[in-house]
Amino acid sequence: MSIPLPSRLAAVALILAAAFAATPALADITVDVNQAALQPLPIAIPTFSGGSVGAQISDVVSADLDRSGLFRPLDPASFHQTPDVNVTPDFNAWKAIAAQALLVGNAVTDADGRLSVDFRLWDVYAGDQLVGTRLTATPDSWRTIAHEIADAVYEKLTGEPGYFDTRVVFVAETGPRSHRVTRLEIMDQDGANPSYLTDGSTEVFGPRFSMRRQEITYMVLRPTGASIYLKNLDTGREEVLGRFPNMTMTMAPRFSPDDSKVIFAADRNGATNIYVMDLASHQYRRLTYGLSIDTSPSYSPDGSRIVFNSDRDGTPELYVMNADGSNVHRLSFGPGRYTAPVWSPDGKLIAFVNQQGQVFSIGVMDPSGGNERTLVSSYFADDPTWAPNGRVLMFERKLADGASRLWTVDVTGHILKEAPSPVAGSDPAWSPLLH
Amino acid sequence: MNLRPTARLTLAALASAALAACASHPPPPPAAVSPPPQASEAPPPPPSAAPTPQTQSGPLPGTVQDFVINVGDRIYFDFDRASIRADAAPILANQAQWLLRYPNVRVRIEGNCDERGTREYNFALGARRADAVRSFLVLHGVPAGRITTISYGKEQPIDPGHDEQAWARDRNARTAIVEGAR
Repeated sequence: MSIPLPSRLAAVALILAAAFAATPALADITVDVNQAALQPLPIAIPTFSGGSVGAQISDVVSADLDRSGLFRPLDPASFHQTPDVNVTPDFNAWKAIAAQALLVGNAVTDADGRLSVDFRLWDVYAGDQLVGTRLTATPDSWRTIAHEIADAVYEKLTGEPGYFDTRVVFVAETGPRSHRVTRLEIMDQDGANPSYLTDGSTEVFGPRFSMRRQEITYMVLRPTGASIYLKNLDTGREEVLGRFPNMTMTMAPRFSPDDSKVIFAADRNGATNIYVMDLASHQYRRLTYGLSIDTSPSYSPDGSRIVFNSDRDGTPELYVMNADGSNVHRLSFGPGRYTAPVWSPDGKLIAFVNQQGQVFSIGVMDPSGGNERTLVSSYFADDPTWAPNGRVLMFERKLADGASRLWTVDVTGHILKEAPSPVAGSDPAWSPLLH
Repeated sequence: MNLRPTARLTLAALASAALAACASHPPPPPAAVSPPPQASEAPPPPPSAAPTPQTQSGPLPGTVQDFVINVGDRIYFDFDRASIRADAAPILANQAQWLLRYPNVRVRIEGNCDERGTREYNFALGARRADAVRSFLVLHGVPAGRITTISYGKEQPIDPGHDEQAWARDRNARTAIVEGAR
């Protein structure tokens, strides 16, 4: 019963048959998100029945779970049966191929032309049904249904929310570096449904998602200066965020967690400081002072604190302050230069970029500055962005002489993968869950 | 009137009015360090039918080409620094003199960084570099109202290479003439 209702699809979560009454709050089999990278859970996902759309859906579910690194979808060639979603499986046959979990599904298009997908997740060894749900949507939303099924499996077996029904907006880079064209591009987190949001006539940087609305904020760079834009993804409406006298560069915008404000950095006479603008009144307020570079502000999820980057002590380091600018203290004390901090959606970690000589790393630390860990090192890395469940980071990674690509790494650092994306890209921003 | 071009700056075709303006300023001290090589963007050739008397062929005084070739439109910085280097100061002093000579010229200082830094930090670092140049020119008498600044961060490298030589060229500030040149 823990599956969120996908209100966007007006989907109906339906309890199938009777088995639900016995569903335990948590599965007997569980995936420990901190250990599974070493031993992902074997799961059998037979091709969903219901023709080609059924098969497409089970393929997408399988790919989502596989890419998470926590699950190991078994080779369908080893399956000895094609189970019916409404029949209790022969668990011994699934135990024989060492499947611990079994996902069975069926897709039908009803008389109204709507697509309905029934699916059940089984604990093979306990013989328990863990999830049994029907999702309904228009047929062109079949991928969304697949991601929601993957989220349901992930949540049931890990105890943490999934992150598959999400999108990523990033800066698509085409053309040679000397004449590069940058466009905002949005895609599903698995690289599907890519589409451009800007036409390449302006240079765009640093898109960031709103936590609650289908809206992004980003920076546009022109020879006259850098401006902050807001863009609604449903309506396409664009807005320039205010006019700032004597500031030619307004940069690094991010929404506050309640979406009422945008925090950003602006340069004045060579010093870059942090400001916050209220979106309703367009009143803005300065939060940091001094001649240093203060940039890349990111709110804690409760909105009470802000982590940011500053070189006030000589090299770029991470600092945290209260949302009103008070109580500034330094978080980073390790070797190298620290930049691009971003607070995790669950509030537990701060991700950042650390640069030591010619090596760039994505790392995490507690909001107190403790327990610093390097997740991945590379020739170049930048712009970490959190999946909404705080378990995975997407970031820009470049190997020597290569183009920038998007990669993901989990917070253990064990699961490192190139993210599927249509073109070379940088500056990714991960959306909240869509359902 | 016997101002001699420094060894590294090919000061050609100086009009007498320009020299008079120069006379109130001492010649720049010789650079302690050789400046990095000139930007690869070659200026267009001067117009063929040059009405102004010239001692030798070269850009017309007061043109963008004159500024780029005979003064130098770009100076370079050390890694993660925005302080004006010893080899950059004479170039900027000459820029200031040239701008005082041509009071209708307006410039945009463009700060640039190498690729070995994160994007958001580099936008701020480029702004700091552009402002360092602006401050220098203002200190040398150029009215602040004729100068704007911009940072391109690391987004517009003049050398797309991936080695220290390329990065040294990419860490620069360019004084771009936007208006008022002949």
